[in-house]
Amino acid sequence: MLSRVADALYWMCRYAERAENVARFLDVSLQVTLDMPDSHGDPWAGIIAATGEEESFEACYGAPTRDTIVRFLTVDPESENSIVSCARLARDNARSIRESISSETWEQVNKWYLLVRDAAGSEAVVEDPHDFLAAVKEASHLFVGVTYLTMTHGEGWHFGRLGRLLERADQTSRIVDAKQALLMARLPDVGASLDEILLAALLRSVSALEMYRKRYGRLDHTAVLEFLMLDKQFPRSIRHCLDTAQTSLRAITATPSHASGTRPERLLGRLAAEYEYAIVDEIVAEGLHEHLDQLQSKLNDVGAAIYETFFAARQEPVTQEQRQDDGPQ
Amino acid sequence: MELSSYAPGAFYDEMFDPERRPRVGCELLARTISALPDADLVRRQRSAERSLLHMGITFSVYGHERGTEKILPFDLIPRVVHAREWAKLERGLAQRMRAMNLFIDDVYHDRKIINDGVIPVEVVESAASYLPGCRGLDPPRGVWCHINGSDLVRGGDGHYYVLEDNLRCPSGVSYVLHNRQVMKRTFPRVFEASRVRPVDGYPSELLRVLQNVRPRGAATPTVVVLTPGPYNSAYSEHSFLAQQMGVELVEPRDLTVRDGFVWMRTTRGLSRVDVIYRRIDDVFLDPLAFRPDSMLGVPGIMSVVRAGRVALANAPGTGVADDKVVYAYVPAIIRYYLGEDPILPNVPTFLCFDDKQRSHVLANLDKLVVKAANESGGYGMLMGPQASSAERAAFADRIKANPRNYIAQPLLALSRVPTLIDEQLEGRHVDLRPYVLHGGDDIFVLPGGLTRVALKKGSFVVNSSQGGGSKDTWVLADDIAGRDSAAC
Repeated sequence: MLSRVADALYWMCRYAERAENVARFLDVSLQVTLDMPDSHGDPWAGIIAATGEEESFEACYGAPTRDTIVRFLTVDPESENSIVSCARLARDNARSIRESISSETWEQVNKWYLLVRDAAGSEAVVEDPHDFLAAVKEASHLFVGVTYLTMTHGEGWHFGRLGRLLERADQTSRIVDAKQALLMARLPDVGASLDEILLAALLRSVSALEMYRKRYGRLDHTAVLEFLMLDKQFPRSIRHCLDTAQTSLRAITATPSHASGTRPERLLGRLAAEYEYAIVDEIVAEGLHEHLDQLQSKLNDVGAAIYETFFAARQEPVTQEQRQDDGPQ
Repeated sequence: MELSSYAPGAFYDEMFDPERRPRVGCELLARTISALPDADLVRRQRSAERSLLHMGITFSVYGHERGTEKILPFDLIPRVVHAREWAKLERGLAQRMRAMNLFIDDVYHDRKIINDGVIPVEVVESAASYLPGCRGLDPPRGVWCHINGSDLVRGGDGHYYVLEDNLRCPSGVSYVLHNRQVMKRTFPRVFEASRVRPVDGYPSELLRVLQNVRPRGAATPTVVVLTPGPYNSAYSEHSFLAQQMGVELVEPRDLTVRDGFVWMRTTRGLSRVDVIYRRIDDVFLDPLAFRPDSMLGVPGIMSVVRAGRVALANAPGTGVADDKVVYAYVPAIIRYYLGEDPILPNVPTFLCFDDKQRSHVLANLDKLVVKAANESGGYGMLMGPQASSAERAAFADRIKANPRNYIAQPLLALSRVPTLIDEQLEGRHVDLRPYVLHGGDDIFVLPGGLTRVALKKGSFVVNSSQGGGSKDTWVLADDIAGRDSAAC
């Protein structure tokens, strides 16, 4: 498959996934804020800090308020990771490889983009973002379903899934990071029942509440953390994302299971193994924020290695044997 | 929708005769339209537009903001061509395609036609699309032009004429296929009863042609479509055709020349390419051969073409035959190579490099259409009767400064088709672009084509870049179907 096409498939899915996660992140932030007592400081400042885009936000809007934050994350075309920007980038990538994806996939990305673009023209989204965020999540689910059901699960599809799962691992880590104060300890001036409400809202933001209940029953800080980071089967847990990404990467390279493969396979394999055997109490003891910081930087390394190995223009016809050996270059 | 108020007018109407009776093959369509409530037709029109937008069948407009896409306006009243009429067009188009290929091959080899005094050497060599570097080139199976989309018009006399040839990269065929899909949904019953010939076979025919012209030694050829990229106005068509044929769509940066072959860059290294359906103009193909300043292109690809190790469709240099001055010689070209009379006539054409013809043109600018010889897409054109005297004077200066670059034709009273305008049916002028394929053995004419319609009242300019839209073209399998039994 063409390197450029693989690259575009990978990013089409990454941006689509990012749009969904921004919607999830904003949704939980708005809900948690509603439930927070006024005494608990400025709830909005933390939200922008969690996106890591304080500077560009401040340049455009100054001090964060509810309305400016909603605008920044949803309909602002200048904001790099707003939903409208992600949907546009997903569509731009899809548009450059329409012949390589199914028409249904293209139509879903296109419809999604038109939905977001049209909503971006009205003030209604900023005033009441709930329906909009729900529509974005639903469109993303349709997109994943359509790609799953209408595209051959070959190399291209695996590049797409690889992009999606790496993005999701990264985004889940950001949502957890943003709420780490909540997850690390009981808030001092928050009552026990409110504490539960906040944990429930966090779980709901990643559609995890019901699945969590089935697994653990009552709400508990450490258990929530364990579920979101280390659960083997929940589709948004970091471990599950890493496992599945690894499966796709192996399918792409066709590396036999006993071989360690290309550089991205080694980096991703190491990370997935770490999560397979991780113990939640150790992560907490080590410092959750530091841990998540490191995870994000390792995910960046995997992304860079994928780029080097598959997308950067290579000049030599490469055979199967060479490809497996060129890992540690 | 009330049809009794529809006025065919002073022009040839494709659906109604001057007595307002539906023409052959249009009876059922006319009856269906008149039986539809007004709102229903408008609703179907809207739903057709919506599906085109969702399918993303868009073109980019030059001069607009980068990345601006529009849908080509679509009108749901089809243009009907009955079977006997089509049979003649088909023969005429195939004849033209055959003669043009012999001409191009001759021009780049022995030049018999020039030596025999049929066409002056200056006319050929002064064509901007003539490429001296293609002398002696031998494209596989001797075919230079594989894909041709001539523009036909029907004049007030009811006859079809060839208005111009497009032998470089004719575009628009994807609209033909998409319009058809939408029409089947919009008028399923009439469509079936009218026995309309299918157009869906085009991608398979195209792939067959491309595989047929593979270089020697490539038993199972790798075919690709080469596009300038997503910002090209016809990008969605390039992508669509690649997808429908199941081949890779490549951009110049995906290709590289190495060890005398063309390769594409894949996730598994370089992979060889044998046949390229290129949608890039000649001069942007290879910066080493043509334009060193070009950012587009694949350096060195022309040397691979010359060595016969990759086939381009259409072959480079083919454009010499769609120069608008060369066009005037096509009837003579057909007689010269085939010994036959042209089945489809040209529009009478005045050549401005000829002193006598030029003075006629300059004296009659208010009656003529003047075209630049090397432009297309409705650019570089003067519509004499509709232009201001200042515009005519400016054009007269341009003609005098560079006579070789201009031709003039009488303004044809293009035929019209009923078109939905502001929820009413009004006549609008149309042309017809059929698509013709040549893979070395036989010639395939797609039974259908792009009917372009000038949506502005009174306008004769149908180009999408100038406010034109499109219609589905129904070529009927026979002329009996579509009438009810009482009428037979």
